[in-house]
Amino acid sequence: MNILCAGLNHRTAHLDVRERFAVHENEMEGLLGRLRAIEGVSGAVMLSTCNRVELYASSLCPMRALEGFRSILAERAGLEAPLYYHATPQAVRHLFRVASGLDSMVIGETEILGQVKKAYSVAADAGAATRPLHKLFQHAFRVAKSVRTETQITSGPTSIGSVAVELAGKIFGSLEDRRVMILGAGEISERTARSLQSRGVRSVIVSNRTYERAAQLAAEIGGMALHFDHWEKSFADIDILISSTNAPHAILTPEKLAPLMKLRRGAPLFVIDLAVPRDADPAINEMEGVFLYDIDSLEQIAAQSLDIRRQEVVRCESLIEQHVGGFISWMRSIHAPESHASRRTA
Amino acid sequence: MERIALLTSTLFYLFSFGHTLYALGAGRFRPGRFNFIAMALGAIMQGWYLSLRGAAEHACPIGNLSETLIFLSWSISLIYLVIGATYRLSLMGAFTAPLVLLLQIVALLLPNEVHASFFRPNPWVEAHAALSLVAFGAFGLAAVAGLMFLVQEGQLKSRRPAPIFHHLPPINILSEATLRLLWVGFLLLTLSFASGLLAHLAVAGGKFFFSIFIWLFYAAILFGSKFGVLSGKRFAWASSLAFLLALILLPVIEHLSGRS
Repeated sequence: MNILCAGLNHRTAHLDVRERFAVHENEMEGLLGRLRAIEGVSGAVMLSTCNRVELYASSLCPMRALEGFRSILAERAGLEAPLYYHATPQAVRHLFRVASGLDSMVIGETEILGQVKKAYSVAADAGAATRPLHKLFQHAFRVAKSVRTETQITSGPTSIGSVAVELAGKIFGSLEDRRVMILGAGEISERTARSLQSRGVRSVIVSNRTYERAAQLAAEIGGMALHFDHWEKSFADIDILISSTNAPHAILTPEKLAPLMKLRRGAPLFVIDLAVPRDADPAINEMEGVFLYDIDSLEQIAAQSLDIRRQEVVRCESLIEQHVGGFISWMRSIHAPESHASRRTA
Repeated sequence: MERIALLTSTLFYLFSFGHTLYALGAGRFRPGRFNFIAMALGAIMQGWYLSLRGAAEHACPIGNLSETLIFLSWSISLIYLVIGATYRLSLMGAFTAPLVLLLQIVALLLPNEVHASFFRPNPWVEAHAALSLVAFGAFGLAAVAGLMFLVQEGQLKSRRPAPIFHHLPPINILSEATLRLLWVGFLLLTLSFASGLLAHLAVAGGKFFFSIFIWLFYAAILFGSKFGVLSGKRFAWASSLAFLLALILLPVIEHLSGRS
């Protein structure tokens, strides 16, 4: 018995190709049935995410399984799929890497593990997973857990939005009762505010030189619009200030903030300055209770996290290699009686 | 037997501290069970030592500076074990272990003879002494939380945080923990003074002055925090410095206690 892995991912196919081969959840059961009907395929698990479409199959004849898979995909999408494929042990290694986030666009991302679990569960419910596939996927989940806990592959945030969320979390703890003010209704401010909302922020005030734009963004993200001339009046009540105005000079200076900070009675203020040229004078970071991050410092933290993750890849690969060895030994052990028996019959 | 209990507890704290250093050096910041268990075992062995001493002295075992430091270190450990388990303040054990270990090592190096004037049959006197040391245990842990706040605040201000930043608790939570611990310590210290009054304790002028000074210092910190005078960083500095001051004054108070 062999394990075959075949598919396409973000490295081998552009998004407009990948989207043509994507398999919707509703179609999965039917497709698994068709895959199992290929001669020599005993079991199949299909993984379809925005970054990859992959088949994991248990098969006596991997090449025949691959050709069958290729023709099913070509028939569905109307074009030839640029497939890569691996047989045992590379296929096992590949799944372990995928489940651990090492094969993801952002190294170490954890969403993929949930997607692999879902793909396995759909196949198991449809009766498409055979014993080697059950064992393979269960093993992959253990590998992913071990990689996550024993290395720093998931360490730190990797996008501006997630950096802002982590920093806010490290200042305030829970973000549920925190109030955010957006100064300047730009796209990047909106994305950052949405990231904060996804972590529990409920109250957002939007202030922009053009009130209509502020009202429009406030309506989109469920916030409240405020005239630009009035933003200082709400200053005492906010915890996080996202600024991205087109002002040619700094609008947040120590002289301006000093009296406003007194109104806050020591409550910390997180200033996210996304504007270029900057809206905040760097000197405000020296003020007690003010934590200023500009676009460069946010990007540096994201890059730093990615660096740490990249450095961890070698440790992860070594952990994965041990598990591949373990799984291959198990496969040999279950086939050993079969091979003895077949030799005897011959 | 007493010596074995004390040395074993020191070894457990040393293991906890050493393991923390090793884990941090290896870039592993996840709070491990090992540290917590080592601290718990250290506290159990200290508790055993103190119970043996208590039985021998027929009194709360704080008859000299060495015992006082061990009692204090035991209080800090116990409060950490409760706070650490309840609030799951990541890395608090890593910051508490060195303080507890330091107090224990100093205690081990000091002579262990009980003051002749120590034997006090009055339960109010016992309560006064024990409560004040537990109060300082809470102040000690507040200092640890304050120190953690200062480290995390420094990381946030630097804008280029080191890996430890991702594993330290949020500054707001640390500030809250410091405040609660200070309140616990302050209330216990006040109760301790009250029990001293009930015992009609004859206190030397110097001891009375230093004790009141520390009590007022903590009262001022709490007052400053309540009315927004001391915010964030200053509050953390104040709670750390207050405990350092208390530790410096402890031998003086202990010496004066021996004479009072």
